[in-house]
Amino acid sequence: MRAPKGFFAGFGLILIAGGFCDAFAAGAVEGGTRQGLNVTAIIMFFVFVAATLGITKWAAKRTKSAADFYAAGGGITGFQNGLAIAGDYMSAASFLGISGLVFATGFDGLIYSVGWLVGWPIILFLIAERLRNLGKYTFADVAAFRLEQTPIRTLAATGTLIVVAFYLIAQMVGAGKLIELLFGLPYLYAVILVGALMIVYVAFGGMVATTWVQIIKAGLLLGGATFMALMVLATFGFSTEAMFRAAVDIHPKHAAIMAPGGLVSDPISAISLGLALMFGTAGLPHILMRFFTVADAKAARKSVFYATGFIGYFYILTFIIGFGAITLLMNDPTYFKVAVNGTYNKVTDILGGTNMAAIHLANAVGGSLFLGFISAVAFATILAVVAGLTLAGASAVSHDLYASVIAKGKVAEDKEVRLSKLAALAIGIVAIMLGYIFENQNVAFMVGLAFAVAASCNFPVLLMSVFWKGISSRGALLGGFLGLISAVVMVVLSPAVWVKTFGFKAALFPYDNPALFSMTIAFVGIWLFSKLDASARARFERDAFEAQYVRSETGIGAAEALAH
Amino acid sequence: MGAKTFSHIQQEPLFRELVDKRTRFAWQLSASMLVIYFGFIAIIAFAPQILATPIGGGVTTVGIPVGLFVIVSAFALTGLYVHRANSKFDPLTRQIIEKVK
Repeated sequence: MRAPKGFFAGFGLILIAGGFCDAFAAGAVEGGTRQGLNVTAIIMFFVFVAATLGITKWAAKRTKSAADFYAAGGGITGFQNGLAIAGDYMSAASFLGISGLVFATGFDGLIYSVGWLVGWPIILFLIAERLRNLGKYTFADVAAFRLEQTPIRTLAATGTLIVVAFYLIAQMVGAGKLIELLFGLPYLYAVILVGALMIVYVAFGGMVATTWVQIIKAGLLLGGATFMALMVLATFGFSTEAMFRAAVDIHPKHAAIMAPGGLVSDPISAISLGLALMFGTAGLPHILMRFFTVADAKAARKSVFYATGFIGYFYILTFIIGFGAITLLMNDPTYFKVAVNGTYNKVTDILGGTNMAAIHLANAVGGSLFLGFISAVAFATILAVVAGLTLAGASAVSHDLYASVIAKGKVAEDKEVRLSKLAALAIGIVAIMLGYIFENQNVAFMVGLAFAVAASCNFPVLLMSVFWKGISSRGALLGGFLGLISAVVMVVLSPAVWVKTFGFKAALFPYDNPALFSMTIAFVGIWLFSKLDASARARFERDAFEAQYVRSETGIGAAEALAH
Repeated sequence: MGAKTFSHIQQEPLFRELVDKRTRFAWQLSASMLVIYFGFIAIIAFAPQILATPIGGGVTTVGIPVGLFVIVSAFALTGLYVHRANSKFDPLTRQIIEKVK
């Protein structure tokens, strides 16, 4: 196996070497092999953009109040929200990254994808309904329900903005590389285009437009992936055994692709990654925000049921697509960089890197028209994810930092919404600049960092404030910040950043994913500092638990909150 | 709604019943998901050869249905919860709301 070339190469290979975080990269694609203009793809993409801009215009007319802007007026149904959640969550990294990982390693891709799914049931059982019953627009509404507004909102907004920033950088850089490759558009233009579209969706159409962009994207992605998987299965007479047999014959690793490889080499890393994926999902601000778009707890519950179904189905499809790529591409030299002597490595020499496996497969099963469609879908996928992130970041700025912390709740609704739109504009511009600055940097660890912070700061504060009577503002603040800081520091000192990005010889922290440790620090910190807090304020907060508890469990009082 | 109403609801036997039943069920399901997922990871870490065993002389290994099972179980568990919530917890909640009106 050849050493990975370039920062974005060898997505799967690095993963196998034990660098879990690297695999989080959004659409990690090997740069430098820009294609000529792909006309079909560009036409399909313009159709998508035109449709979504039309929806944005329609949404802008319906977006009058703050509730409309942040939460689509609570008018999204459970099924629609389930699709939108799936659209928010299935990133280009999931689609291209996981199918590429299956292409390179087989079974290990399945192990990895499973981790992305198993957080959803936990969100349903513990969080979704209570979140809907207690909150209004952001998860900080819930965390700060009976705690002191200023410190807890500041903490939640910090956690939100850090998660959004790192997630966005990874998406922007991935988008730039991918679009450069798929559409032949220069990197900078691609990043500006993505940034400009997400600003328009969010600033003009708010949550209504964002939701529909996510729903359409989810439909396109699920439809496209279903078609690919069916075409692959049809090639083998719908016998998976025949497909696996062909793959084992063709793949250079042969039977090893049907068994666990090196993905889980050491249990601590595996558990830490699993925790980050499970509980990080439950702490992602743009995902949590989606639960406020439905009418009540029942619809929130339904959303997760549908979302889990769609996401699980999608991962099964990516597995089939990965195997389809093995069987239908590996013996066809037109998809590979062929050496002068006519040989090529069936995994690493694939044009554009292993993450392009699904894209090439689209061409193999559906010709250039379908290739254009899937390329446009990949672009749409990125747009839906970045729009959700931008809205979450803008809401943290306007609803949590400005309205609650700075203006102490004394702010006119239209002013708050206007500020949110400005924040979306600012976030978009910063994201474009960061996307440009980080073009040739290793951003692979950033989604991992986002999940680690979500799991170690947002999630513990949210969970403990909902379930534990004894939490105090001081405990939540100190514990939350300890979790956040420890997660960031441990990621910086980890092999993925300290060695692979900064070029130091040895990592100061041995694991790429800190969640096992930073989550423990956060939970123990919240517990300890709450216990030690004997202030009058803390007593008042404990007494206020009863009212919060009744509302979180029954929804009594929740409907009134949305109306004003 | 005043603090008195809330403490009234909290002492309501139906409320206790709802919260106890739902909390127990939710934690049971959460524990099931954790056991299934981390059990899967543990097999991969400590006994990967189990998953590498071919089924009935073919190339398909035990790992394929097991991996599929983890995915399907996540969906099934959410379905189980939604079913129980719709049929048991929601009527209980409605009863409580009626009672305190």
